[in-house]
Amino acid sequence: MDIRPILSTLRRHKTAAALIVLEVALTCAIVCNALFLVSQRVEKISMPSGLAENELVMVRVSGIGKQTNGMARTREDLASLRAIPGVTGATIINQVPFRSGSSSSSIQRQQDQERPTTEASMYTMSEDGIRTMGINVIAGRDFLPDEYMDYAVVSKAGSTDKALPVIFSQATAAKMEPDGSALGKTYYMGKQPLHVVGIVDTLTTPTGWDDNWNESMLMPLRRGFDEGGTYMLRTAPERRDEVLKAAVAALERNDANRLMRDKKTYEDQRNDYFKNDRAMVGLLVTVSIALLVVTALGIIGLASFWVQQRSKQIGIRRALGATRGQILRYFQTENFLLATLGIVLGMLAAYAINLALMNMYELPRMPLLYLPLGAVLLWVLGQVAVFGPARRAAAVPPAVATRGA
Amino acid sequence: MFAYYARLAARSFRRNKVLTALMVVAIALGIGASMTTLTVFHVLSGDPIPDKSDRLFYVQLDPAGRGGYVPGEEPNSQMTRFDGEALLREAKAERQALMSGGGGTIEPDGSTLQPFSIDTRWTSADFFPMFNVPMQYGRGWTRQDDDGRARVVVISKALNDKLYQGGNSVGKDIRMDGQSFRIVGVMKEWNPEPQFFDLTTGSYGKDEDLLMPMSTSMDLKLGSSGNMNCFGENPDRDSYSVNAPCTWLQYWAEMDPGKADDYRRYLENYSSQQREAGRFERPPNVRLRNVMEWLDFNGAVPSDVRLQLWLALGFLGVCLVNTVGLLLAKFLRRSGEIGVRRALGASRGQIFLQCLVEAGAVGVVGGVLGIGVALLGLFAVRQQPVDYAKLAHLDGSMLLLAIGLTLFASLAAGFLPAWRAMQVTPAIQLKSQ
Repeated sequence: MDIRPILSTLRRHKTAAALIVLEVALTCAIVCNALFLVSQRVEKISMPSGLAENELVMVRVSGIGKQTNGMARTREDLASLRAIPGVTGATIINQVPFRSGSSSSSIQRQQDQERPTTEASMYTMSEDGIRTMGINVIAGRDFLPDEYMDYAVVSKAGSTDKALPVIFSQATAAKMEPDGSALGKTYYMGKQPLHVVGIVDTLTTPTGWDDNWNESMLMPLRRGFDEGGTYMLRTAPERRDEVLKAAVAALERNDANRLMRDKKTYEDQRNDYFKNDRAMVGLLVTVSIALLVVTALGIIGLASFWVQQRSKQIGIRRALGATRGQILRYFQTENFLLATLGIVLGMLAAYAINLALMNMYELPRMPLLYLPLGAVLLWVLGQVAVFGPARRAAAVPPAVATRGA
Repeated sequence: MFAYYARLAARSFRRNKVLTALMVVAIALGIGASMTTLTVFHVLSGDPIPDKSDRLFYVQLDPAGRGGYVPGEEPNSQMTRFDGEALLREAKAERQALMSGGGGTIEPDGSTLQPFSIDTRWTSADFFPMFNVPMQYGRGWTRQDDDGRARVVVISKALNDKLYQGGNSVGKDIRMDGQSFRIVGVMKEWNPEPQFFDLTTGSYGKDEDLLMPMSTSMDLKLGSSGNMNCFGENPDRDSYSVNAPCTWLQYWAEMDPGKADDYRRYLENYSSQQREAGRFERPPNVRLRNVMEWLDFNGAVPSDVRLQLWLALGFLGVCLVNTVGLLLAKFLRRSGEIGVRRALGASRGQIFLQCLVEAGAVGVVGGVLGIGVALLGLFAVRQQPVDYAKLAHLDGSMLLLAIGLTLFASLAAGFLPAWRAMQVTPAIQLKSQ
């Protein structure tokens, strides 16, 4: 189709054309960035923890008043928990991925290093912890039964020359030994030597503090329920609720004078942790849709105005032999041209906004894929919006040309 | 004249119901979305203690080891127990308070209530006058209580309501963590948002139900909550001991803003003395920030909220451009009518004014609806699972801002179309009729 007549018409309606272009450009820029933000959040929300997430339930209790022998009570608790029908594993752990607050420790290659090599989240757990939580050991081995110790005893003794066994996440291992394998090597936590006995594929940190989501380590240290320990139980997904109830009852039987701080499935813990991100995704999607609707309404409004204003010219063209299809395509092409101009400007603006966001919120660069995505979205939107007015234009009868107006 | 323009506008709206509705809805959505996020932003970035925020200062020293020292680096964000107690003893500011978050389990006596856990604050006597804590019954404790590690507490209105049905409980004993404490004061509803004096335990939606002298809580080894950062070898392996190389306390000082430089010099001198005594390994590296500087530095407004603000302003922008376009279409469609009015003697200014009245009317209706949308939006925010949710209310100043924003938006949207309409030349319009 010849676009010259369209261009010459638009030249006579510069203001209205410029407004449509501006609106499309703004919408394109905002929607591209909003979609990018949504994808960032979705990626974060769906991050794996490294645990058998849908098979775990957790219970945290705290004592009332001073506990005289927390560790003995913890051992009893674990025995009772393992005896619950349907429970395939039970352990006590100091922290879990996706909660607020984390405990971490610096690790260094040499004992007298000035700045530590890295900082890793430190998970400590009692016997059978790795199997219970479903953490996947990819090199080396799990802890041996005689390697488990009480956290209180170890921390009271302070640093010793005897190395403590440790298992690294893959990311920690790679950080400590970029060119080789960390397995079997000795590193230091302060003055305390650590011996790497195994490597697990993924074990996400509790909070992602300092932008560290994957450098973590495991140690075979038991913590009592009164030392910040959380009981973790593994069971079949469909038995979680039943096991949770039985676990609470078992703990209350062991000592009725305790407070249940947390009792939930690990899935709930995770969902709870990401609630803000999910709320933000909802908001971004809502605003994007509202923007597209407003833009579509704007296009419909202006296109209707043009159709009405030019109904006489349309009548003349029809009288001179133009088909309905040609009139329809005229308005569709016009809209396509305006949308294209808006999209080009919008992409530049989208890029600029992304740069600004990168500065302000340390966001990554937006992949270029989002630009054509936004473009297609707005082209389709423009065509859908203009279809109604264009059809009304095509329906203008040739007889209009003969009426004096 | 104005009444006549208003009548003309009403007639024009009746003629183009759909177009008018479109414009009103666009403005309403734009105003509603931006007012919702502006209100959240306003609430979160507000001054939690407006009459004193420039007199209250957060104190930081740098007790960390020499390892990895970079000159000018931000010192530790909290204070060690040794330094906190030393500064408190020297009392060089008008008032000063040392504090930390904590927790405990209340054991209600003899009643039907089960034991329950609460968040607490361990602090020192000046806390109450420094932060203008309003008291319902009794008073805060005294410095003598701090020195004597007295078993005294101040409780919140909520805790008093729960345990004593809101009665005057001053003088009664309350049991927590197996110990008994004498209640000396009951606070009125007091909940600064954000909880600026301690940002380590979550800045919004925090309720601390019991306050106790720091010295007493240390005496009873009640622990703490919040962040603790330890460095170096700990001589007696207890992170809470006086000599532990651990920072976990907040220290606030109240003084005339003009005296801040003197106080900063005092902190530098203190640091030098500690270095000479072999406790500090780094050159003096102190910070003294007032309330708003401290909140700013910590980014107390969540970055999501800033992002939402920008998003909503962008949305308002699109809605405005949209309204400009529709108004332009509307006015120019009436070019013939305008031509006739001009030919009959209306000046350009009168046409301009008439169009602006029409645009303003659209804006006012859209704005009123927009405030409705904002109320709905804030209701939606309050249903969100975020910790600042319950703060999201439209107050008087935000309502004024909403009205201002509406007027500005509708006049800005009307300006260009009215300008174009006023330039309609009567001759051409009349000729083509």
